[in-house]
Amino acid sequence: MAWLQSLSPDTETTLWVMLIGAMTNTACALLGCYLVLRRMSLLGDAISHAVLPGLVVAFILSGTLNVGYMFLGALAVGLLTSALTETLHRHGGVAEDAAMGVVFTSLFALGVILIKRYGSGVDLDPGCVLEGLLEFVDLNRVEVAGHSVPRALVSIAPVLALNLLFLVVFWKELLVSSFDPALATTMGFRAGLLHYVLMALVALTTVASFEQVGSILVIAMLIVPGATAHLLTDRLRTMLGLAAAIAVASAVLGQLAATRWNTNTAGMMSVVAGMFYLAAVCFSPRYGMLSVLVGNFRNALTIVREDLLAMLYRLEELAAERPLGPREAIQAVGGGVLATLGLWSLARRGEIQRDHSAVRLTERGRRRASQIVRSHRLWEAYLVRYLGLPLDHVHEPAAHMEHYIGGRLQEQLAADLEQTGTDPHGRQIPHGEPPPASGTAE
Amino acid sequence: MTFLTWIVLIGTSLLGSVAGVLGCFAVLRRRALVGDLLSHAALPGLCLAFLVLGQRHFGGMLFGAFCTGLAGVGLVTLVCRWTRTKEDAAVGIVLSTFFGAGIVLSSVIQNQEGGGAKAGLESYIYGQAAGMVLQDVLWIAMVSAAALVVVVLLFKEFKVLSFDPAFARTQGWPTLALDLAMMGTLALVTVTGLPAVGVVLMAAMLILPGATARFWTERLGPMLVLSGILGAAPGTIGTLLSAGVVAGWLGFDPLAFGPTATNLPTGPLIVLSGTALFLFSVLFAPRRGAVARLWAAARLRSTTARENLLRTLYELSEPRLPDRPAIAVEQLLTHRAWRAWQARWLVRWMSWLGLVERTPEGARLSESGLGKARGLVRTHRLWERFLIERADIAPDHVDRDADMIEHLLGREIVDALEERLAAQGGPRDAVPQSPHEIRRTKDEGRMSKDK
Amino acid sequence: MPPPPLEIHDMTVAYHRKPVLWDIDLTVPEGSLVGIVGPNGAGKSTALISVLGLIPLASGRVEIYGKPYARQRHQVGYVPQRESVDWDFPVTAMDVVLMGTYGRLGWIRRPGAAERHAARLCLAQVGMEAQADRQIRQLSGGQQQRVFLARALAQDARIYFMDEPFAGVDASTEQAIVRLLQALRDGGKTVIVVHHDLQTVADYFDHVILLNMRLIASGPTATTFTHENLHKAYGGRLTILDEAAEAVRRGPAP
Repeated sequence: MAWLQSLSPDTETTLWVMLIGAMTNTACALLGCYLVLRRMSLLGDAISHAVLPGLVVAFILSGTLNVGYMFLGALAVGLLTSALTETLHRHGGVAEDAAMGVVFTSLFALGVILIKRYGSGVDLDPGCVLEGLLEFVDLNRVEVAGHSVPRALVSIAPVLALNLLFLVVFWKELLVSSFDPALATTMGFRAGLLHYVLMALVALTTVASFEQVGSILVIAMLIVPGATAHLLTDRLRTMLGLAAAIAVASAVLGQLAATRWNTNTAGMMSVVAGMFYLAAVCFSPRYGMLSVLVGNFRNALTIVREDLLAMLYRLEELAAERPLGPREAIQAVGGGVLATLGLWSLARRGEIQRDHSAVRLTERGRRRASQIVRSHRLWEAYLVRYLGLPLDHVHEPAAHMEHYIGGRLQEQLAADLEQTGTDPHGRQIPHGEPPPASGTAE
Repeated sequence: MTFLTWIVLIGTSLLGSVAGVLGCFAVLRRRALVGDLLSHAALPGLCLAFLVLGQRHFGGMLFGAFCTGLAGVGLVTLVCRWTRTKEDAAVGIVLSTFFGAGIVLSSVIQNQEGGGAKAGLESYIYGQAAGMVLQDVLWIAMVSAAALVVVVLLFKEFKVLSFDPAFARTQGWPTLALDLAMMGTLALVTVTGLPAVGVVLMAAMLILPGATARFWTERLGPMLVLSGILGAAPGTIGTLLSAGVVAGWLGFDPLAFGPTATNLPTGPLIVLSGTALFLFSVLFAPRRGAVARLWAAARLRSTTARENLLRTLYELSEPRLPDRPAIAVEQLLTHRAWRAWQARWLVRWMSWLGLVERTPEGARLSESGLGKARGLVRTHRLWERFLIERADIAPDHVDRDADMIEHLLGREIVDALEERLAAQGGPRDAVPQSPHEIRRTKDEGRMSKDK
Repeated sequence: MPPPPLEIHDMTVAYHRKPVLWDIDLTVPEGSLVGIVGPNGAGKSTALISVLGLIPLASGRVEIYGKPYARQRHQVGYVPQRESVDWDFPVTAMDVVLMGTYGRLGWIRRPGAAERHAARLCLAQVGMEAQADRQIRQLSGGQQQRVFLARALAQDARIYFMDEPFAGVDASTEQAIVRLLQALRDGGKTVIVVHHDLQTVADYFDHVILLNMRLIASGPTATTFTHENLHKAYGGRLTILDEAAEAVRRGPAP
C-alpha cells in the first residue's frame, strides 16, 4: 500500500471518498438489480434527471437546503415521473419510452429554469448535479457523536440501510412481483404498489447521492452492476451480492484511477463499472461472448472430426484402392484451418494414423466412426420410414443430425425401425458397440 | 430584434425542425431514448477529438462526437444480440459509461493549462444557444439539408424499416445498412444540436415533436412534415422568450418570477415550449386528445339516455299503438335506473327537441318521436334476435346486452342483420316482436285512463 | 347444496372498450377436469385471466365457491402461458415452486422449512426433484412446464386454472401432466385448462367449455363435445359480432 500513499497526499480524503462512493454505489446497485430484472432500467435514468425540479421547489418552499425537505421534494417528483409516464402511456396512447423521454427531459428543463431564477443563493448547480464533486466530499463536514464526518456520509448511510431493509423484508414480494406480476396480483400482492415503493426508493437514493456523487454515477450504478451480475450468475442472492461487490470495487478502483490521472472521480467510477460490464460480456463463464465463441468453435471442431472419421469409414467400406492422403482428407471436409486442426487432433487422440501419403483409421477410431455412421444411417432410415422423405433427400439432414444422436437415441431409433440391417440406400448399418464417451453426441 | 437574435432564432428553429423529423422515426420505432443515448455517448468523442487536435476545431470535434455516438448505438445492438442483457439496460449502461468517460476526459482537459475554456466543453453538456454565430447557423443549415435529403430519398425504406423490420428483411432490403443510415443521420443531427441545447435537452428535441405530431395525424408523411413544424415552433418561441423579445411585445416579462432577473437559458425554454405544445395536444387533439375522448364518452352517454327514453316510451305504449298514450314519469322510473330528476330533465330536453310531448300526466311520444322510436326498437329487437338465434345467448339475457350495443350499431350492420333474419322468413322494415316478455307494468289501468 | 367452484354470470370482457367475450354464463361442477376449447382468437385465455381478475370485466360477475375472487385467492392456483415468462430471470426451479406458497404466507413472512419441504414434495410429484437447483432457462420445455405445474401444486388450491399447459411440451411430458391433473381431480380438486388440441379433448376432460367469442356450450364432455357444437365453434366467426365489437370500439355511429 505504499504506492497508494505516494499517489495520494491525503490518505484520509481518499478513504472517505472510497467509503462514501462505495456506500452510494451499493445503495444504487442493490435497487438496480431489480430495475434491470424488471426491465425498468431507464426509469432510474429518468428519475435521477427528473428530481432536479423537486429539489429546487423543496428549496423554494422551505428556504433551506435541509436534507429532509430535499428528500420530500425528490420523492414527490420521482413518483410524479413514474405516474406521469404511466398516465401518458396508458391513457394518452403515447408509447412508453417516448412518454418517459418527454416527462424526464421536460422536468429537467423545468429544473434548470427554476435554478436560474431561484438558485442564486444556493450551491445547486446543474453541473455538479451531473458530474458530482466526489473529490471534495471531505470538505463539507458535520459532527456526529463527537466525530467529524463528511456530511454526505450522514445522508447516504441511512438510505443504504433503508434499501437493505426493504430488500430483506420484502424479499419474497419483490421476487414474485418481478418474476411474474400476474401471479403476484392473483395472490393478492399489489404489484403496482411495490413498483411505486421501488420508485420512491430510487428517488430517495438519487437525492441522497446527487449532491456529492452526481447523477451520472447514480445512473451508472443503478444499471451497470446489476446487469454485470446478471451475466455472471443464475441466483438472485448471488446476483445482489455480486452487484454490491462490483459497486464497491468500482468505487475503490475508480478513486485510485482518478487520483492517478488527476481527473473526475464520479466519472472514473462509472468508467470502471463499465469496464467490469465489458469484462463480463467478454469473459463470463456461461454467458460471455468468449465462452459462446469457444463453445461454437469446439462444436465446429467436433463436427469436423466426426466428418473426417465418417468419411474414412465409408472409404474403408468401399474398399478404396488407394488410401486418402492427409491433404485430400482435409480438402474433403471443407479444408481450412478447422479441418487441419481436426485432423491433427484426431491423430493426437489416436483415432487415426497418418503419414505423408495416407490417413487410416485406428481400431479405436473405427469404433467411433462406426457409431457416427450408424447414427447417420439410422436417421436416414427413420426419415424414410416415418417422415416419408424421398431417398435423395435424406443424406443432407442425416449428415447434420449424425453429430447429435447419442447412444440412447440410437437405441430408440433402432427399436422404432423394424429392420436395422441396412439403410434406405441398401448400405449396411454398422452395429454399435457402446460409443466412446466424447463428442457432442452426449 | 438584434441581428444576433435572428441568428439564434434561425439556428434553433432549423435544428428543432430537422431533429423533429428524424426523431419521428425514433419515436415510431419505440426507440425514443436513442437520442438520449447518442447525445450522452457523444461527449467522449468531443473530448478525444479535442485532445488529439489540441485545439477547438468545430468540425473535428463534431466528427469525434459522431463516431462515439454511433459506436454507442452499435454497442447496444451488439450487446442485445450477444448477451442476455435487455435493451433498456444496454442503453443505460452505454449511456452512463460513455458519459462517465466523457466527464473523465473533460476533467483531464480542464486540468491542462486553460484547456477547459478553450474547449468550450461546458456548452456541449449544458448547451449555449445564445452563443451561436453565423458560422454555426450555416453549419446547421448544411446538416439539416443533408439530413432532409436522406429522409426524402429513403422515405419508403425508412417507413418499412420502422413499421416492420422483419418484413423489410424478407423483401431483401439491407436493413442493417438502412438502420445505419438512419442512426447516422440521427447522430449527425444530434451532435450538431449539442452545443445549442446540451446533452439532456437534445433528447427532448428529438422526442417531443414526433410524440406531439402523432396526436394529430395517422399517416407518416404528414407526421414528418408536422413534426418539422412542431420542432421549429418551440425553437422560435424559446429563443424569443429567452432574448426578451416576447417581453418587449407584451410590455411586461411573462417569465419575471423568482428573486433573480438573469436572462433564462434558451435550451430549457425551447424544451418547455415544446412540452407546452405536447400537453396541448394531449388534451385537445381531435380524436386522440383527452378532451375529445371525454367528449365522445359524454356524447355516447347522452345519446344512450335519449334513445333509452324513446324506446321505453315506445315499449310502454306498444299495446295501444298507433295511439300515443301519456306515460307517467314514475312509471318510467320503474323501468330504468334513472333518478326522478334525471327522468324529468330528460323528458324536458326531449320535448325541446320535439320528440316527446309533455302532458299533465307525464310524457308521450310526438309524431316524429314515434318514428324515431320505431327505428330504435327495431334495431334493438333485431340485435336481440341475432344474439338468440346466432350467438346462442339465452332470451332472458339479451335485453341488457342489446341495451349496450344498439346505440352503436351503424346503418350497414342493421341492414345486414335484417338481411340475415329476413332470409329465415322474418318481416322486413316492420318492428319485429320482442323475443322476450316485456315487463310493462302491473297496472295497465293507469295507461288506459288517459284515453 | 355447497356453492360450485366456479360460477360465471353474464361475463362480458372488453379490451379498450371492444368486447372480446360476450355474455359468458356457466357453472363448473366440483371435482372435474374441465377443458376450455375454441379456435384461435376465441378468447380462451382472456376468459381465464378475466376470471382471475387480471383484466376488469365490462359487466357480469365471477364467483369462486360462492364468493368473489378477491376473497378466495387462496383457493386458486394459476399456471400462466409459457410465453409470458422471462426465462433469464435468476431463479431456480425450486425458487419458482416456492413462489406458490407466497400467497398463503401473505406479506412479509418468509417461507420456512415447512414451505421448503412442501415445495420439494411438489417438485417430486412432477418428477423434477433432480433439477431443483437448475436455473429455469436450463430446463427443457417440458421440464419448464412441469416446474410451473409444481408451483400450482404448491399453491395447494381447490381450483386450478392453467393456460395451455401442453403447449410446446413433448408427448411423454404431456402424458405425465395429464396423469397429474387426473390425480388432482380424483383428489377432489377442480382443474380448468385452456386447451387447443381437439384430438385429445375427449380423452382428457370430463367437462368441456366451448368458446368462440361467446359461449357455445358447456357441460359434460359426452353430451357437449359433439360434432354439432364443434361445428358451431369452429364454423367461422360471427362476422356481425366482430363488426358490432368494432362499432363499440369506434364509439357512436355518426
